[in-house]
Amino acid sequence: MARHQLFELTRMRVVTFLREPEAVFWVIVFPLLLAIILGWAFQDRGIASETVAVLVDEEGARPAVLELLEAEEHLQTEVIIDRDEAERRLAFGKIAILVIPGNPVTLQYDPQRPEADIAHLRVERALHIAPEERAAIKNVEVKETGSRYIDWLFPGLLGMNLMGTGIWGIGFAIAEIRQKKLLRRFLVTPMRKSSFMMAFILSRGVFLVGEVGVLVVFATLVLGVPLRGSLIGFSLLCVLGTITFAALGVLVASRARTIEGVSGVMNLVMMPMWLFSGVFFSYEKFPEAVHPFIQALPLTALNDALRLLMLEGTTIVDLLPHIGIQLAWTAVTFLIALKVFRWE
Amino acid sequence: MTTDASDMVPALEVQGLIKRFGDLEAVAGLDLVVPQGRCQGLLGPNGAGKSTTINIIVGLLLADEGEVRVLGTDWRTDAQAIREQIGVQLQETQLFEKLTCFEALRLFRSFYRSGRDPDEILDVVGLTEKRDARYVTLSGGQKQRLSLGCSLVNDPKLLLLDEPTTGLDPQARRRVWEIVDDFKARGGTVLLTTHYMDEAEQLCDDIVIIDHGKSIAEGSPQQIIRSLGAESLIEFSIGSDTSLAQGELEQLAGVVRVHAQDEKVTLHVEATHEAVPALVGAIRDRGMSLVHLQTHRPTLEDVFVSLTGRHLRDG
Repeated sequence: MARHQLFELTRMRVVTFLREPEAVFWVIVFPLLLAIILGWAFQDRGIASETVAVLVDEEGARPAVLELLEAEEHLQTEVIIDRDEAERRLAFGKIAILVIPGNPVTLQYDPQRPEADIAHLRVERALHIAPEERAAIKNVEVKETGSRYIDWLFPGLLGMNLMGTGIWGIGFAIAEIRQKKLLRRFLVTPMRKSSFMMAFILSRGVFLVGEVGVLVVFATLVLGVPLRGSLIGFSLLCVLGTITFAALGVLVASRARTIEGVSGVMNLVMMPMWLFSGVFFSYEKFPEAVHPFIQALPLTALNDALRLLMLEGTTIVDLLPHIGIQLAWTAVTFLIALKVFRWE
Repeated sequence: MTTDASDMVPALEVQGLIKRFGDLEAVAGLDLVVPQGRCQGLLGPNGAGKSTTINIIVGLLLADEGEVRVLGTDWRTDAQAIREQIGVQLQETQLFEKLTCFEALRLFRSFYRSGRDPDEILDVVGLTEKRDARYVTLSGGQKQRLSLGCSLVNDPKLLLLDEPTTGLDPQARRRVWEIVDDFKARGGTVLLTTHYMDEAEQLCDDIVIIDHGKSIAEGSPQQIIRSLGAESLIEFSIGSDTSLAQGELEQLAGVVRVHAQDEKVTLHVEATHEAVPALVGAIRDRGMSLVHLQTHRPTLEDVFVSLTGRHLRDG
């Protein structure tokens, strides 16, 4: 007896979906990975999930406020002597609140930052434990340019954008050329392979001017994000980031035969960096032990360098370690790409 | 085309070519010499090894065994020199959808040290009116002519075409043939693969029929057809459950060879005027009747059928 059409139609949908291994990956495995990594970043590690800093006058000083904060279960405290350093850590999201002892106690934080609100509640709770010593609280919301969440966020968004357009743009273009069998057609001409590869990177450079230009003009003029370092240094970082991700894009597309195939690989390469490289939240969220690995990612190097240059005015010379990481990635990925690239 | 010492060298020499894919021997010992100025056809069904052979000749594939010399040069000694002098049209190549005809030709022209002006090529392939039209808007025939144009921009000495008219309508095919004829008239050498016998007869001075990676017949189209030893072919069929014994048919006046497939019988005959009455008489004597009778001059297709028992299109 023939089975019901609804059954057969449903079965057809399920079977064709399961026969598309990439779809299965994106629908089932990818969200699971995402959940695991985010869970790891934001898990309650038992002791404290938010870090606050207490400003002190001298080494070893222990103001009463510090004792109270240390008693609060879900706060991690650190002690800082240098006020500039403290504000820098606040701006970079390494601490959620800066606590300045005194009467009243000053709590300096950026309410725009997601974690600051929770930390603020916990600090208030900690300080209100002993009613007889009830400390007056003065809240200082960080609004000054260069210390807001948006100021911290923008360089990361810029870095992420450079990565995305570099890898998507080049990965798709190469897969398309291969899918059209144009690559073999080019190969029977005397076209130089190096010209072919370089053209991708140069064309990215053309788009870079528009891409970054529009973003930066908007961010500085409308949002008031500072650009404290030199414009030349900033341009250099953008060009370097573009080249790094262009090379990565060539490597990602070096074997893929189809556009569908290359999409999967691209997302797989970019996903860890979206999450780890401090685009939306500081990688301080992850355990200290994995920081060296996170810092070795090309997007982390680019984001950190862009932040330091834009927010702190750090010079290119002081950013050489970050630049070194990116150059190393560029050289290694480009060489591997040349070696494994599927011309035929 | 200039005349110099290099004109003495064959445009293409292939010796003992062997290419295996796993257990399959796609090309099984092929020899080929194409003198300059000739048009050589590789005729055979799909899967005969034609495209593999072309891919080896144009340097996309490495042969397992054998020698390939293009315009006197070995791929191993100077690949770039070969690439500068050959024009290639591969199967299934698509150009960039959003490039115009002119831009596509200019791109390909940039790969070569010398060659012809893209506008001149547009004229050669009859696309001057489509100069600024994007690739995606072209018809199948126009796309194919643009692709042919891309293989002519370097003014090649040797043009290699892999199934240049597959999938085109008859009029579009004729326009492609005109372009190839024009190239031949300029003194160019052509190697083309096809599974259309009319294309081979129309364009080629010499033909190699290949099957299972081997040459099974060689020569000019006329020579190959003459090798059948038949003036014409008679195809006939009679009622389904009765048939004439093959031996009897061979005894008929003027019949050289008998080939039966399903209900259809083909007679290769030397003298049509003797064979037809003899056949009709034999059928009438047995009280049978003809369902179908047709005579035609032999073609390359008939040669292929006679050599392999299969049709070219069957693959």
